[in-house]
Order: sequence, then C-alpha cells, then structure tokens
Amino acid sequence: MVIRAEFAPWIHQFHNLQELRHSASLATKVFIQRDYSDGTICKFQTKFPAELDSRIERSLFEETVKTLNCYYAEAEKIGGQSYLEGCLACATAYIIFLCMETRYEKILKKISMYIQEQNEKIYAPRGLILTDPIERGMRVIEISIFEDSGSTSSSSSGSSPTSSTAQ
Amino acid sequence: MSAVMISRKVTRKWEKLPGKNTFCCDGRVMMARQKGVFYLTLFLIVGTCSLFFAFECPYLAVHLSPAIPVFAVLLFVFVMAMLLRTSFSDPGVLPRALPEEANFIEMEIEAANGNVLAGQRPPPRIKNVQINNQIVKLKYCYTCKIFRPPRASHCSICDNCVDRFDHHCPWVGNCVGKRNYRYFYLFTLSLSLLTIYIFAFDIVHVVLHIFDIFVVSLTPRCTVLEVLVCFFTLWSVVGLTGFHTYLISLNQTTNEDIKGSWSGKNRVQNPYSHKNIIKNCCEVLCGPTYPSVLDRRGVMLEDSSSPAPSDASAASTNKNSNPVSQTTKSSAPLIPNEHTPDEAKPGIGAGQKSASSPKEEKPLSPTSPNAIAPAVIKESTH
Repeated sequence: MVIRAEFAPWIHQFHNLQELRHSASLATKVFIQRDYSDGTICKFQTKFPAELDSRIERSLFEETVKTLNCYYAEAEKIGGQSYLEGCLACATAYIIFLCMETRYEKILKKISMYIQEQNEKIYAPRGLILTDPIERGMRVIEISIFEDSGSTSSSSSGSSPTSSTAQ
Repeated sequence: MSAVMISRKVTRKWEKLPGKNTFCCDGRVMMARQKGVFYLTLFLIVGTCSLFFAFECPYLAVHLSPAIPVFAVLLFVFVMAMLLRTSFSDPGVLPRALPEEANFIEMEIEAANGNVLAGQRPPPRIKNVQINNQIVKLKYCYTCKIFRPPRASHCSICDNCVDRFDHHCPWVGNCVGKRNYRYFYLFTLSLSLLTIYIFAFDIVHVVLHIFDIFVVSLTPRCTVLEVLVCFFTLWSVVGLTGFHTYLISLNQTTNEDIKGSWSGKNRVQNPYSHKNIIKNCCEVLCGPTYPSVLDRRGVMLEDSSSPAPSDASAASTNKNSNPVSQTTKSSAPLIPNEHTPDEAKPGIGAGQKSASSPKEEKPLSPTSPNAIAPAVIKESTH
C-alpha cells in the first residue's frame, strides 16, 4: 500500500476512504429512499436493502439510519429553540444569519462527522461507503458497494486496526 | 519534480448547475433569469420612500414627532432586507439526480411496471405514499429524473424542482419555496405596513398643510405621486398579504390552492395541516431555517488531486472523483414503497414484493430512459 506524500498523517483516516474508492472497483450503488409517512420531515427508510444482505449486519445498518433520522428530527424540531432563533433573527431582519450559524447547520456538521466515523469504523472495512444525504439533495442515502476483492489489502488499509470480519 | 505554480481559476459548482437561474457574487446570489420586474419593484419602493423622506419627513418630524421618520426608516430597512433575502436566496431547489440515481429509479419503475406490450403506453410514473393516513401521489419529474417529494413542484421558468413550491414571483425575481417563503411573507406584510404608513402620513401632511395656511396650498407634486403609488400598491399588496395569511393558517401553498389539491369533497384532506391555526403559523414562520442543498460555492474538481477548500460541508469532492467504471451494473431493486396500502391504485409502489428474490443484474442502458420519456405522458409543468 502506498501512502501518498501529499496527504498529511493527520488526515490518514480520510485517506483510507480515498484508497478504497480508488483501488477497489465500484460494483453497484444502493439508494435508501426517504420515508414520508410522518410528513415532509427528513427521514429515511430503515428497510434493509437486499443488496447489502451479504455485506453488513442488518442491525448495524438500521442503527446508522435510525441515528441519522434522530439527528434530522432534532434539526427540524419545532420547539422553544427554533422559535427563539426565528424571533431573534426576525428582529434583526435576518441579518444575524450572515454571521451566525443556524441550529440546522450545526446539526448538519454533526451528521457529517457521524457519517465519516461510521464509514471509517463500520462501512469501509466491509467495502461500503455512505454518502452524506446533503450531497444528494437530502433525497437519498447513497451506499456505494465496492467489489469484495477477497484480500484484506483494499478493504482494511492503513492503521485501521479493524479486520474485515470484525464488528 | 517541477515546482511550477499553476494558478488555475477554480470552477465553482454554481457554474455547472443546470436550470435557468442566474448567479451573482460568485454563487452567493441566486435569481431567475428575468429580472426586469424585480428592478421595477426596487425602483418603486426606493423611489417612493426617498420622496417621503425628502419631502414629508422634515415637516412631520417638526410638526408632529421625530419618531415618525425614525420608524419609517426602520420599516424601510426591514422591507428591503426581506425583499433582498427573498430574491437572492435559494428557494429550496432540488438538485437533479446523478446518473446512477436516475438509473436506479428507472430500474425500480421498470420492475414495478412489469411487461408493457409494444405500442402500448406505459402507465404514468406515480408513487403513492401515505402521509398522516392520507394517500399522496408523488409525480416523477422527467427533467430532474426524480420522484418529486411531497409539495415539491417543477418551476418551468427556472427549470428546477423546488421543495414546497409556492409560486414563481416575478416581482421578486425568484421562485418562492420552502427556504424563502417566510421572507416573502414578511416582505409583503412589512410592505403593506410601509405603504399604509406612508399613505396615512401623506394624508396627514396634506390635511395639516391645509389647516396651517387655511388656503388651498399647492400640495407638492411628489406628495400626490406618493399617494397615487401607495393607493394602487395598497390594494394589491394588502390583498396578497391577506391571501398568504390565509394560506399559512391552513398550511397550504399557492400551488396547492390553485390546483385545488385539498379542496373538494372527494379529495384528500390536507395531511400537512396541524388542524390548529397557531401551530400552522408557527411551523411556517418560526420553523427551522433549512439549509440549501445546492452547494453553489463548492469547488468542482477537474482531477482526483487533493481537494480545494470549499465553504460547504466536508467531502464536497464526491461529485467528480467517484471512479465509475464502465462495467458498473445497477441491480434492479426489488424494494417497493412499503407505505403503499394494498387497496391503493396500482402504481409504482403497489403491493408488497418479496425482498428475498434473486438479484437481477441489468447492464446500464443509458438510452432506455430517453426512449421511454418521449413515449409517456408529458410532464406537466406548473
């Protein structure tokens, strides 16, 4: 495995996902659709796609989607905090949004970190990569399935201690 | 290893976005193409207020109260802020599906439709979902190649699908959708107040002037002009504000109201309404501020080298760096819409299919969506 010189050691984790993308070949992509049963709030279906049957345990997948749904529900919750933010912003003619980050944006950052962490710990060792829904217009969770090469070099590279059969 | 500094102009994603929008300030501002009426709006508001501040306010400040022009200035600033926010922000545009996603949806549709006899029209592409115990139909957008989320609609002027599409407003030069509806409403509300305010104080000014001199004085022409502008504006803007207040209290959009989606005996009742006026108002006006999913200022990569920093959230590099091999196969998904009740009309998601059926591997057929699209019902643009 070649570690590219331009990647600094502290972004080695991100480098693992890049390695997976570039060395393994993409087999297929699965798209987890939105669940509109509760209205227009952002929520994804937890139904386990058949293509992932042999790649990942159902419980892990459902756990990921449920956690994401919780994050989105928290972001879109209409309660005291959102009223306060809305009224304060209205009083300043929404100029405050030019300098302040909204609650939704803060939670989106948390979601991005969570997906990154899930990819590194759970999905990349199994040859899968989750794409943040915000990059697909919040319509789908895209899961890229990479071909299972059989050897561990492409799926668990670098200093990641997890083996492909762990977890 | 040569140390050549390549100063390349970065290409931002807004430059490659499909649709008929215009962008300014390197992607920070997003508007429709036709901006003429927007300039007229600006001219009318700024012009009338300038006349008011120049000719009426000195008199009123001296003879009545200095608070009058101060409040007028605050109101004017608020109106302009709301107008600019409505006009310049992303209304909630849904990005078009990337090829893999479009193919995935196509496979799903083909799997659900089964065998269509040659020469026979395939059934319309509709998905049924159940929202709060009501069946809502999701239509397929042939331009964006997605099933539109509930309440989304395709704007033919901007050529985009917009989430919670209300209407395309030429006066603000932009669509009004999920992200900028509250700014639009506050704009019409504050403009109504400003118009009434100026109108009222113009009348007061004229009346005071007459009493002061006790002669029919030459009322300044600009006062007459202001009164005229305000009079005609009042009817339209106040009416519009009233209409939107009604819509907000019912949690409806203009689009739904015009199409009569929730009215009529046999129609579905509005599943999004909380059946409580206060709750509906709070959701629309005090709900969370949704982020833009367009990532206009993200940097597009030409090659797979290290990503340039972007303003958007992390990993905006996915767009170009996915190594999609030539032999990418999309398996036909056998995932029906699990929320379609059995008694619903047969549509894309009708019925429950066994999830344990063997995977079907179909090769990518990029021509098939194009072949199907012209043959089926033309997408209705709203």
